[in-house]
Amino acid sequence: MAKLSICGVSKRFQSRAGAVEALKDIDLEIADGEFVVLVGPSGCGKSTLLNIVAGLETADSGQVLENDRPIAGPGRDRGMVFQDGALFPWLTAEKNVQFGLRQMGIPAAERARRAKEYLRLVHLSRFGDSFLHELSGGMRQRVAIARALALEPEALLMDEPFSALDAQTREGLYAVLQEIWERTGKTVMFVTHNVREAVCLADRVVVLSTRPGRIVGIYTVQLARPRVLDDVDVIRISGQISAALKQGLADTRREEYDEDWQPAESDLLRTADNMLGDNI
Amino acid sequence: MQVGGTLWHSIRNHTLLPATGISLRRLLIGYGISLAAGIPAGLLLARVDWLEDTVGSLVLGLQTLPSICWLPLALLWFGLNDAAIMFVVVMGALLAITVAVKDGVKNVPPGYLRAAQTLGVRPFALYTEVLLPASLPAILTGAKLGWSFAWRSLMAGELLYVSLGLGHMLDMGRELQDMSMVVSVMLVIVLLGLLADRAIFGLLESRIRERWGLSG
Repeated sequence: MAKLSICGVSKRFQSRAGAVEALKDIDLEIADGEFVVLVGPSGCGKSTLLNIVAGLETADSGQVLENDRPIAGPGRDRGMVFQDGALFPWLTAEKNVQFGLRQMGIPAAERARRAKEYLRLVHLSRFGDSFLHELSGGMRQRVAIARALALEPEALLMDEPFSALDAQTREGLYAVLQEIWERTGKTVMFVTHNVREAVCLADRVVVLSTRPGRIVGIYTVQLARPRVLDDVDVIRISGQISAALKQGLADTRREEYDEDWQPAESDLLRTADNMLGDNI
Repeated sequence: MQVGGTLWHSIRNHTLLPATGISLRRLLIGYGISLAAGIPAGLLLARVDWLEDTVGSLVLGLQTLPSICWLPLALLWFGLNDAAIMFVVVMGALLAITVAVKDGVKNVPPGYLRAAQTLGVRPFALYTEVLLPASLPAILTGAKLGWSFAWRSLMAGELLYVSLGLGHMLDMGRELQDMSMVVSVMLVIVLLGLLADRAIFGLLESRIRERWGLSG
């Protein structure tokens, strides 16, 4: 049974340059417990699609179903992790995790117990009383994950959650995220522009093209977990998907660059040695 | 020297302290009302569009009016009493606080609101648990501004009309041509202002800065 169904979703934006078709006729079914990653060039509307599923934006046409019921606005059944975390700096890490539970009217003792449990899940048990500025970027994103999971949502939505972090921190978070996913069995919808990140995490990689944002390919990744970024198979599949993405990128180029510009093809090895006297 | 002597003398003969007490009481009540009304008003103005279009421009317009201009109206409404002077204090502080809070709430990063929505925030809690703390630094600035406006309005009011209080003592000093009395009252006002700034606002400010990780 599909946990989330996206049926014929389209979205337009009105900009000064005219109407932009951000999403066109998106159909996607996400099964219970599946890890789906949306990948595409910047401006392809992948974040918009995620926001529509979250209920933060509305589609112009089409609808999103959760357990066969249409979603109506944002809700705690879909936990969201934002690119910058969007944690509340006036609260400690643990109070951040408790925020949603407080809104549900759960008593303080139970709240504290659950917040601690989810902080332990992201390996931050010792940092519950820290304020956010005392935590590193990677730790903050883990708090954000704990905050979303503490509400025990049906699905976890992640909007480029690791894109602001350095490579080493990211690697660590891939491991944590895969571990959490295996333990909780949550349905995850994850957005990124990084193909290797997508392959490293996903059961299925959904490739979007740009303007209009359409699904141009869906790739099932059947590799053993936990995966790492440097795994040969991850790199091989990433290469295949990147080739498909090139088409989407070519479209972006037409939109955003001058028309006569083409990136240079890689051909010969260019080093100082074989360039001797070339440009005299 | 003479000022110090006068200061000591007026404390001894029970004129300075009661006058300070009366002024402070008016100030605190007026300021308290301003805070209690200004913060919710600012929150609402920032969030409700039609309120901002209507009341918002009115508030901005009224803010250009020096608060002491309300005194004649207040005297007609309330008569020559404490209520009139407190009204002037409120009109001085309330609008400044409202505008500062409104601007602060408008500048709350939209990410906080979106996050709160996905966490199932209740409508009332959106104000008390997200917007209010998120705009706390701006609210504190507004509160400081309101405090100094309240002082100004109070002194202007007391100098012009209502008896007792520090402003009245200043005026009395002028009438008696007692320079040292005038200066010592001014000194008391400065000291009270400094005390409030250091003891209350300074403390709050450093606590907020520490929490938000803004201190160096």
